[in-house]
Amino acid sequence: MTRIGLYRALMIAAAVLLLEGLCLSGMIDRLTMPPPHRILLDLATILVSGSQNAAILKTLTNASIALALALVLGVVGAVALHGHLSAREILEPLFATYYAVPIFAFYPLLIVLMGLGDAPQIGIGFMLGVVAVIVNTLNGLDRVPRVLRKTARIQRLGMVEIALTVTLPCAAPYVLTGVKFAVAYSLIGVIGAEFIMSRGGMGYEISFAYTNFDNATMYPLILLILAVSIAINAALSRWEKVLLGRRGQ
Amino acid sequence: MSAGAWRSTRNAAVLIVGLLIAWQLLYAIAGQAALAPPLATLRYTAALLATEGFRGHLSESMRAFGAALTIAVASGLLIGFWLGFHKLAGEVCEPILVALYSIPKITLYPILLLAFGLGMSAKVAFGALHGIIPVALFTINAVRNVKPILIKTGRVHGLRPTEMVRIVLFPAALPEIFTGLRVGFSLTLIGTLGEMFAAQRGLGYLLMTAIGLHNVELIMAVTLILFMFAAAVSSVLLAVDRRLHANA
Repeated sequence: MTRIGLYRALMIAAAVLLLEGLCLSGMIDRLTMPPPHRILLDLATILVSGSQNAAILKTLTNASIALALALVLGVVGAVALHGHLSAREILEPLFATYYAVPIFAFYPLLIVLMGLGDAPQIGIGFMLGVVAVIVNTLNGLDRVPRVLRKTARIQRLGMVEIALTVTLPCAAPYVLTGVKFAVAYSLIGVIGAEFIMSRGGMGYEISFAYTNFDNATMYPLILLILAVSIAINAALSRWEKVLLGRRGQ
Repeated sequence: MSAGAWRSTRNAAVLIVGLLIAWQLLYAIAGQAALAPPLATLRYTAALLATEGFRGHLSESMRAFGAALTIAVASGLLIGFWLGFHKLAGEVCEPILVALYSIPKITLYPILLLAFGLGMSAKVAFGALHGIIPVALFTINAVRNVKPILIKTGRVHGLRPTEMVRIVLFPAALPEIFTGLRVGFSLTLIGTLGEMFAAQRGLGYLLMTAIGLHNVELIMAVTLILFMFAAAVSSVLLAVDRRLHANA
């Protein structure tokens, strides 16, 4: 481990220890938060007993579907939009304000349209993620050197071929940035929708545990979501670094 | 009117008309139970804005948002300048901030409710939590990208840290910092509306009650108001952002 990494690990350990101390000494009372070691033990119990497996599976599956939809439609949308400057100019303000709009407000609309199954939750996750993918892919496509496009044209490649073999691979690091956002957003969308109204899933279980002061369920589930999203994000960041490194950046 | 201004006005008009048409079409497909048509929503919104009860919710949300934004900007800038200027601290802490930025913060809302109780302070905390990190991350990068010669010149003149920030770093890093503030604004607004998940007052609460009662007109009206507010402020911020970057 490098010196920087060591400092970082020490800092995080100190923060957890501080939390542990505050909880054990009663400065943070048990109804507010159990000590971190307790949360870990509770998480282990939940995972071993499998009591929350259905909820975990449901949420992760829905988030994955939302993510996949956002990725495919987002990248296709960005490629289609990239060629049309005027359409892009018109949509730009929409993209810029999109994330200031509470997308969850559209959840009831989706429930009416799709019924109270998994579909509206996936819909919210998709709606949150797709614009991040479009914006970042467009950003990447803007940075493709003109010589590559010219070469592709000289090779008489078609539109789809150019996108698949030249421009998208070249824009990959930026697309990956979009993917990182989309991972977080699809989780936020699905879990948030489950908080508001649903019949299962981790968000539902967390809010159910919250209303019942069941910290032994609530905190481990929150920890699990945080751990999953941080792990995915770290893996993607590493991949992004590798991609950029190959280009000597 | 200059060609550029004319162009952007035309683009905005096309976008608004396009959205209205899409809205009307969606209404035609989905019907009365799912959403209200544009004209009826506008009328309802106008009537809603005039009611006493609504103004209470609005002022509650606005106060929470104002406080959250102030906290987010002040602490974001403070953290950003500190980590941007101290190389070691920056390298140690930045990845932690990036990791925190990426977590679905919505899951933390129940914890904040337990810690702060149901009310104003939980909303403010949740809003600020969303805004601090982007402001800090953009500021870190902005400060790092300040040309070293400017900082060296500042040192030669024997500037104290506060003077260095005020006279050299802040003006030089302003365009990037402003982008951070713009993102921070959007996220803080979303965060403050975390009141959707549990609250007793505010626009998010109003929206949730409307969802519970299936009052389609109210849902649409509140969403419209939030959208217009976010769109108006973001457009202004975006225009300032562009101008700052063009001058830089």
